[in-house]
Amino acid sequence: MTEIPEHLRKRAEAAKAKAQAAAGGDTPAGDAPSADSPAGTAPAGDEKIPSHLLDRGTAAADMPATPAGVPAVPVGGSGPDGHNQRLLTVVKSGSIQDTRATPVDKVHVWPHLLVAEFLAALAVTLFTLLFSIFVNAPLLELADFNKTPNPSKAPWYFLGLQELLTMFHPMVAGVTIPGIGLFLLIMAPYIDKNPSKRPEDRKFAISLMTVHLMFWAVLVMIGSFFRGPGFNFVFPWNAGLFFEL
Amino acid sequence: MADDKKSGGMSQLSEQVQASQAWSSIFRPGSIFRKGYSDSPRNRSYVIMNSVLYHLHPVKVKRHAVKVSYTLCLGGLSFFLFIHLTVTGIFLMFFYRPTAAQAWNDIQTLQTAVGFGLLVRNMHRWAAHLMVLSVFLHMARVFYHGAYKPPREFNWVIGVMLLQFTLLLSFTGYLLPWDQLALWAVTVGTNMMGFTPVFGEQVRFVLLGGVEIGTDTLLRWYTLHVLMLPFVLVIFLAIHFWRVRKDGGISGPL
Repeated sequence: MTEIPEHLRKRAEAAKAKAQAAAGGDTPAGDAPSADSPAGTAPAGDEKIPSHLLDRGTAAADMPATPAGVPAVPVGGSGPDGHNQRLLTVVKSGSIQDTRATPVDKVHVWPHLLVAEFLAALAVTLFTLLFSIFVNAPLLELADFNKTPNPSKAPWYFLGLQELLTMFHPMVAGVTIPGIGLFLLIMAPYIDKNPSKRPEDRKFAISLMTVHLMFWAVLVMIGSFFRGPGFNFVFPWNAGLFFEL
Repeated sequence: MADDKKSGGMSQLSEQVQASQAWSSIFRPGSIFRKGYSDSPRNRSYVIMNSVLYHLHPVKVKRHAVKVSYTLCLGGLSFFLFIHLTVTGIFLMFFYRPTAAQAWNDIQTLQTAVGFGLLVRNMHRWAAHLMVLSVFLHMARVFYHGAYKPPREFNWVIGVMLLQFTLLLSFTGYLLPWDQLALWAVTVGTNMMGFTPVFGEQVRFVLLGGVEIGTDTLLRWYTLHVLMLPFVLVIFLAIHFWRVRKDGGISGPL
């Protein structure tokens, strides 16, 4: 039999004592039941549960808990006001109910989330506006097939690839490496079977990602700032900047 | 006195407007615009529930999910930058013709003769670079939080696709000004793609609309940039956002 939680048991005892006081001893409500109640219903010693209820309770507890329709309440044990109730067991939440959704602390999207989103959008708009007032987008001279600029550079996010071109065959640098990289990136959730999200449990995944991000960032930096005419290595503080956004 | 009368007229007018059929046909029953807004949990729910925002956000989210220090707003900002770029891009489309003979001159005219032309072009370009950056950072954030783990695996896949579409959008836009920077950056990029094994030549031909960059390339990349890629991106965005909610909101604390 399931253990009855302490607070429920106390509550049941209190209710029983109260009912007993109201029915058994014909005392007006508010009087102390222990003083005026008849000796037959008065509990022995300091027990709050009347002895006849206690007897009934122990008898019920001793009965085998058979599911096959055995009357749980002894015959003739009708309580006050015709009530005939007894705490049989307490079904703990989760034992038969499907309480998969544990209560979570939630807040209203309006205003808590929408205000934050609005402010962020406002800040970015302000930033692009101010930046655009002070810095112009580049517009070089008209495209000319006969005049190859030296160096010719791809957009900044492809400069890591262009940097790889200096080390590998174009098929490796331009197709194989980025292809494998993208494939692994897409497959990351299916490769990484570690269920934990805690950083201390995912040292390998985090270091692997960080190494690759850093590697990529360094390549982009070199391609952007440290490559001059002929895509040769230069220092920007000596040779100047060969970079347009 | 006069002021009093005026405000009385105004409130009468707004009452009339709010009682009209047109007004109640626009705002759904329960909308805060029908009966006025006072701050109550019920009205807070109605703001979302009875507006188009319900497509994007649920009425309530986990308290943890509104912490800016967790998301850094990066996903939302990427989406906002996409809207920003659409708005500025539509403005630019009014003044731009995608042919080799006209493109560069159109940009030049836009910058010098069109009101706010230079400013809007600047904003379009800087916002584009910013979007590449924010999408990239969003991906890094999601990785470091392990938010790609079950049940969000597939949304990560969608996200990587979105990153690629963002890069493609940026790259196709790069050619459109038809200046030296555009021409040669795209030459470098497409030469690289020409090294795709087996059908590299065909890939390059399809991308350029010919054997070398020209007016056909410009038209092709323009269509990709203003129509096809945004169209595909929006579909993937819709799936991305829908999955965020179906997978139980954004990932929990670490």
